[in-house]
Amino acid sequence: MTGAITAEEPGQAALTAGCPVAERSLLRCFARQRMGVISAVYLAGSLAACLAAPVLAPYPPDAQDLNIPFAGPSAAHLLGTDELGRDVLSRLLYGGVLTFAGVGEAVAVALLLAVPIGMIAGYHGRRLDQILGRFADILLAMPIIVVLLMLYAIFAGSQTAAMIVLGILSSASLFRVVRGSTLPLRGTGYVISARVSGVSTGRILRRHILPGVAGPVLVNASVIAAVAVVLQVGMNFIGFGAQPPNPSWGGMISDAQQALSEHPWQIASPGLAATLTILAIVLLGDAMRDAFAAKWGLESPAARTAQPPPPAATEPSPEVSSPVTPGATGPPEPTRASALLSVEAASVWLSGGGGVLVTDQVTFSVEAGQAVGLLGESGAGKTMTALAILGLLPADGQISGGRCWFAGTDLFSLDRRQRARRRGRGIAYIGQEPARNLDPCFTVGAHLKEILRTRAGKSESRKALNRMVEEALAAVGIVDPASVAARYPHQLSGGMAQRASIAIALATRPRLLIADEPTTALDATVQAEILDLLCSLRKEQGLSVLLVTHDWGVAAGSCDRAVVMYAGQVVETGTVRDLTQDPLHPYTRALLDSVPRMDTAGPLATIAGAPPAPGQWGAGCRFQPRCPLATAECGHGPVHLAGPPGRASRCIHSEVG
Amino acid sequence: MLSLLARRLAMSLLVLVIVPSLTFLFEALSPGNIAETLLGQNATAAQIRQLSRSFGLNRPLLWQYGHWLSGVLHGDLGTSYTTGQPVASMLSTRLPVTLSLAAGSMLVAIVIGLGLGLLSAVSGPRLRRLVDVLSVAGLAIPAFWLGINLVVLFAVKIPAFPATGYVPFASSPLQWLRSLVLPCLAIGVGLATLIAKQTRDQILTALDQDYVRSLRANGASESSVLLRHALRNASIPLITVVGVSFVGALTATVFLESVFVLPGLGSALSLAAQEHDLPTVEGISLYFTVMVVATNLIVDLAYGWLDPRAR
Repeated sequence: MTGAITAEEPGQAALTAGCPVAERSLLRCFARQRMGVISAVYLAGSLAACLAAPVLAPYPPDAQDLNIPFAGPSAAHLLGTDELGRDVLSRLLYGGVLTFAGVGEAVAVALLLAVPIGMIAGYHGRRLDQILGRFADILLAMPIIVVLLMLYAIFAGSQTAAMIVLGILSSASLFRVVRGSTLPLRGTGYVISARVSGVSTGRILRRHILPGVAGPVLVNASVIAAVAVVLQVGMNFIGFGAQPPNPSWGGMISDAQQALSEHPWQIASPGLAATLTILAIVLLGDAMRDAFAAKWGLESPAARTAQPPPPAATEPSPEVSSPVTPGATGPPEPTRASALLSVEAASVWLSGGGGVLVTDQVTFSVEAGQAVGLLGESGAGKTMTALAILGLLPADGQISGGRCWFAGTDLFSLDRRQRARRRGRGIAYIGQEPARNLDPCFTVGAHLKEILRTRAGKSESRKALNRMVEEALAAVGIVDPASVAARYPHQLSGGMAQRASIAIALATRPRLLIADEPTTALDATVQAEILDLLCSLRKEQGLSVLLVTHDWGVAAGSCDRAVVMYAGQVVETGTVRDLTQDPLHPYTRALLDSVPRMDTAGPLATIAGAPPAPGQWGAGCRFQPRCPLATAECGHGPVHLAGPPGRASRCIHSEVG
Repeated sequence: MLSLLARRLAMSLLVLVIVPSLTFLFEALSPGNIAETLLGQNATAAQIRQLSRSFGLNRPLLWQYGHWLSGVLHGDLGTSYTTGQPVASMLSTRLPVTLSLAAGSMLVAIVIGLGLGLLSAVSGPRLRRLVDVLSVAGLAIPAFWLGINLVVLFAVKIPAFPATGYVPFASSPLQWLRSLVLPCLAIGVGLATLIAKQTRDQILTALDQDYVRSLRANGASESSVLLRHALRNASIPLITVVGVSFVGALTATVFLESVFVLPGLGSALSLAAQEHDLPTVEGISLYFTVMVVATNLIVDLAYGWLDPRAR
């Protein structure tokens, strides 16, 4: 994973933990992690205080004063005294040395073992890697606590031995991290060129691989350190490691437990010392992870902050308002009254990345039995429009204006719950990648039964449901429905999965099917089969289809009307025939010219430049920067959709006949 | 899948052999003689020789190892150095205590963790943040210290549960339950925060998938999307977390059995380690290793059962 995330879909663009690209030095990225800085300061401070215990501590660790057992905090004893009148603060400081030393030993051993071995395993691969991997598996499967106690049983009281063994056992997980981070680095250009030019393996590992694995290693080392503190304090608590009267945090908890009913607060100081240390280590690890993520431009969980609200309503609707009469040349431009679906000035707002409008007052409609193509490049707002109709915008998306009439209801006026209740009634959906649009854990039959049951109610018998499943699959041209029903998505070919998806969508008995790039992920021949299937289903069932596609070939072959979108706006609508034979908008023309054709020679036309990202649309015509017809006038102000009934274009140069 | 399972099984057996053998390895590395350690500094040479002979410690270490291994294969884990009792029979009464504790802790961890994780996945950012905070706290607070705090609160201040002790299920199911509540909470709460965080993340990942959009668009109910589809897909990575948690719970039993004076394997292990009672240490290490290895195998099997792609 690198930071190669393009800003093509602005709503999904990565946020970088508030770390501006220009100043991505690791230290600065880390400095922005407030909890991490506090943790680092706390750890450094308490380590220094413990090391300086002989100077800082007000009393020697075993100085008893039997006159004042269990004293509360006072000026003489800041944290009070224990059962023998020993100063708790002094004992915490002296005991902390043991804790920090143990953590240091365990982490150092794990690092010394795992980093070189992990890099070698990842760099060399093959047999050596396999053997080391198995070895790590075995270490990982060992119960750490048991091994540590065995060690204590033989080497009585040697904490160093225990921590070294803990380091060895922990090195297995660290080994995996190092190896995993080395693998992708092995194939990078600079490593290959270093190898080709004869740089020694050791030098490549040190100079080129080590900096790349350092981040994950540090993060993982913090986990090992936290585990080391937990285990060490626990072992001290049950009587291993430091022997009385030598102080240790775990031993102090154990002493305090003896007087629990009379002096319960005695357990507080040593327990809190351990807890705060572990807390600081964990938070430091999290902060390092986020700092590395920010440096490499990956989104971190901490970066998902509050989103700005959408702006107030934009310009008043300038859309077509001419009375409509049926055209003579093709299917009529529908009105709200006659249309099955009528989208009016739909605007969708995404709050990610500072907030952008991704569709701007999109207006079109779909008549009963019609197939309408929604066309445009990726990022034009087609899919967002489709999702708005379905009421399935992403979490950061919302409808900031417009209406969507379907079966007498404005779907945009419904709240989340009402909209959810209406889903699966009248409008169905199939998605782009058929295999990913089926739940991998469920068979095709289970998918179908679930949808059938919501429609038919729970009263249907098992047998009847099975029959309905097979009928539904047969209806989409599947020859052996019983066998396909029993298969899981990963056992289906792309075409078969898309047929199954269509069967599931049709199980709702919809009047409108929204198909989002239904054939893009399929082979050309399968593509044609699926389009044929949709065509015949339209004829047989009177189904309306809204076909979202970037492909003129697909739209021309299977749609009656087309709606062309560019930069969030509808730029041209009309019958497919009008649009293909006599495009009014220069973008439509350019899009048509870029379709590969067998009958013309010469290079394929492309559209120079790239569509503007949402939020950078400008005041005038949005296609103007790429348009061959552009004049100064084009940039003056918003261009409105205009045209005769059933036909409209958003261009001041288009000659509307 | 079958070859993977066979490999896992072979590795499990290897771990099963290696871990208890480590005591013999450590003994070989140790400069001293275990009989000396057992008898203390004031022992005479004659006493040491006599003890060595009676425990078979005068034989070569490899012979001792072979003797122990053949005993294990016959169900004989040897005799305790300190009590003179057969290790196997002593452990058989202690195993149910540790298993009750670990299972109860997992019950707490899974019920709280799954519930909190699901709730925070479907609710607003505030609860999601709370889960983050809790999961860090759950990592940071040592379970045994939490256990002592629970004793202060719910056994000393409010005497609702016993502070220490264990009652076998057979003698009184209710008292058995009461004796387990606090230690299970102490272990389970920390693990619950880990499971909650993972559940939340995995559910959110699952809800982000294309199939969820398709299911919703075609009218699948929100409860089915969450509980049937998202939870099922999330359970595949979650089962690994549950396995890791169970091993963590087993580790924690060693400390918690000490806090609550429960007669389980963990407290026996720490006592035996303190008394250098090697046969008991070896026997318990075998028991613990079997439990850890079995957990890993069950996780592997569950993987295949939950994920049709892995079958």
